[in-house]
Amino acid sequence: MNTTRGFTGRPRAARPGLPPGQYDAGDDWPVLSAEVTPDVSPADWTFRVSGLVAEPRTWDWAGAHRLPASAYSGDIHCVTGWSKFGVRFGGVSLDTFLEAARPLPSATHAVAYSHTGYTANLPLADLTGGRAWIVREYDGQPLAPEHGGPARLVVPHLYFWKSVKWIAGLELLDHDEPGFWEQNGYHARGNPWEEQRYSGD
Amino acid sequence: MTETAAHTTGSFTPPTRFAVPGRIEVDGAAAGTWQTATLTEIRRETHRASTFRFAVPGWAGHLPGQHLMLRLTAEDGYVAQRHYSLASAPDDSGHIELTLDHVEDGEVSGWFHTVARPGDRIEVRGPLSGFFAWPGDRPALLLGAGSGVVPLMSMVRHHRALGLTVPLRLLVSARTPGELIYARELGTETTPVFTRGAPAGTPVGRMTTAHLAPLLAEAPAGGWEAYVCGSNSFAEHASRLLVAAGQPVDRIRIERFG
Ligand SMILES: Cc1cc2nc3c(=O)[nH]c(=O)nc-3n(C[C@H](O)[C@H](O)[C@H](O)COP(=O)(O)OP(=O)(O)OC[C@H]3O[C@@H](n4cnc5c(N)ncnc54)[C@H](O)[C@@H]3O)c2cc1C
Repeated sequence: MNTTRGFTGRPRAARPGLPPGQYDAGDDWPVLSAEVTPDVSPADWTFRVSGLVAEPRTWDWAGAHRLPASAYSGDIHCVTGWSKFGVRFGGVSLDTFLEAARPLPSATHAVAYSHTGYTANLPLADLTGGRAWIVREYDGQPLAPEHGGPARLVVPHLYFWKSVKWIAGLELLDHDEPGFWEQNGYHARGNPWEEQRYSGD
Repeated sequence: MTETAAHTTGSFTPPTRFAVPGRIEVDGAAAGTWQTATLTEIRRETHRASTFRFAVPGWAGHLPGQHLMLRLTAEDGYVAQRHYSLASAPDDSGHIELTLDHVEDGEVSGWFHTVARPGDRIEVRGPLSGFFAWPGDRPALLLGAGSGVVPLMSMVRHHRALGLTVPLRLLVSARTPGELIYARELGTETTPVFTRGAPAGTPVGRMTTAHLAPLLAEAPAGGWEAYVCGSNSFAEHASRLLVAAGQPVDRIRIERFG
């Protein structure tokens, strides 16, 4: 261990639920998108599931609203080091969309893409089983544009760059294909508990 | 919308406007390895910001605009890690420079500004992220505020060190002239904007379209590649100004410090 002379750090209590190398951002919710925040209104918003599925499907805002509501309450973790505890997102479970489109047995991975063209790759197994949502509300309010509103993907068990803002669709593939940050040196999966930040981790 | 056949062959391209592509390949091995950095010099820039120079013998080299991850370790094993942009231009000396704002109650910047002295050793990994990198090829329009000028200064230094002729302009916002980081080093490529106070005769106020218009009017053939860096609120403001002034969204790269 390479200790730093004179560094004690902030007084700390062991914080269960804080992955290694992360700190509690408290009430802050930093914004780290690399592109201009787009102007996507609910009327312009669509969400498509395509690729290796039995039936490619597209939902508009009203269509997505007709699906059963589902919420995530818990923690989120950003690769830049902050974690945020006890957030509440409201929307629809991704399982509901996938069940309608019916992934083919050959589908193993997905590329989630944004209305800006931003992409992130994920194993299909990380998107199913009640672990991923398309959300439109934060803390009971419409999701703000800089945080991905009108709707974003939320995959809270992975670093938050996987939770594509301004979500436009999911393309199912039979192989893994690096997304935007993954092509820029970030880890293919991004599990915060194993500190999978960069491609060398 | 047509079905793409890309899921079985080739690579998938979303049917949306293409986002800003990365500039360079990133070296995964360098990004993944922690290295010891020895502090060799501290230079004061403003009353809130100082530059810290380190010897990192194994440094793989970087491009202007890239950043690194830095960590400090306490006696009990507690680790604090943060991202910092590289301020220095790439060179082969095995040295790098960072410029840190002293954030009130900041855990890491506080250690640097109150405890650190030459000879201290810390750990770094990087360089990281190819997205905000500028290899010195395309004409660059740089917009920064506060410590957001740090990665942009690396670009200005690189441009000077190599005597590049590709156009480069810096529009930088600071509260007052005294808080303008690198003030002595900025040259004719730079237009400063002061938001809180300035000597009589110098306008005071936020960055506006009026500051950008002359720069966009002199856009070189092929247009500018715009790089925006600073707090999230500055990044939102400056990127909106750029879009309103006609800069294409896929030619705007943003680095937000959170
Ligand atoms: C890509 C990138 C590049 C960057 N480049 C630079 C750069 O070149 N120069 C630069 O100066 N900065 C840069 N930053 C910002 C930098 O990473 C740090 O966020 C900054 O230095 C603050 O860190 P800190 O440890 O000093 O403050 P922190 O301890 O993180 O505190 C920041 C604020 O949050 C509050 N806070 C946070 N956690 C707690 C807590 N647990 N308890 C109480 N209060 C808390 C503090 O009071 C303070 O106001 C960059 C950021 C990114 C993402």
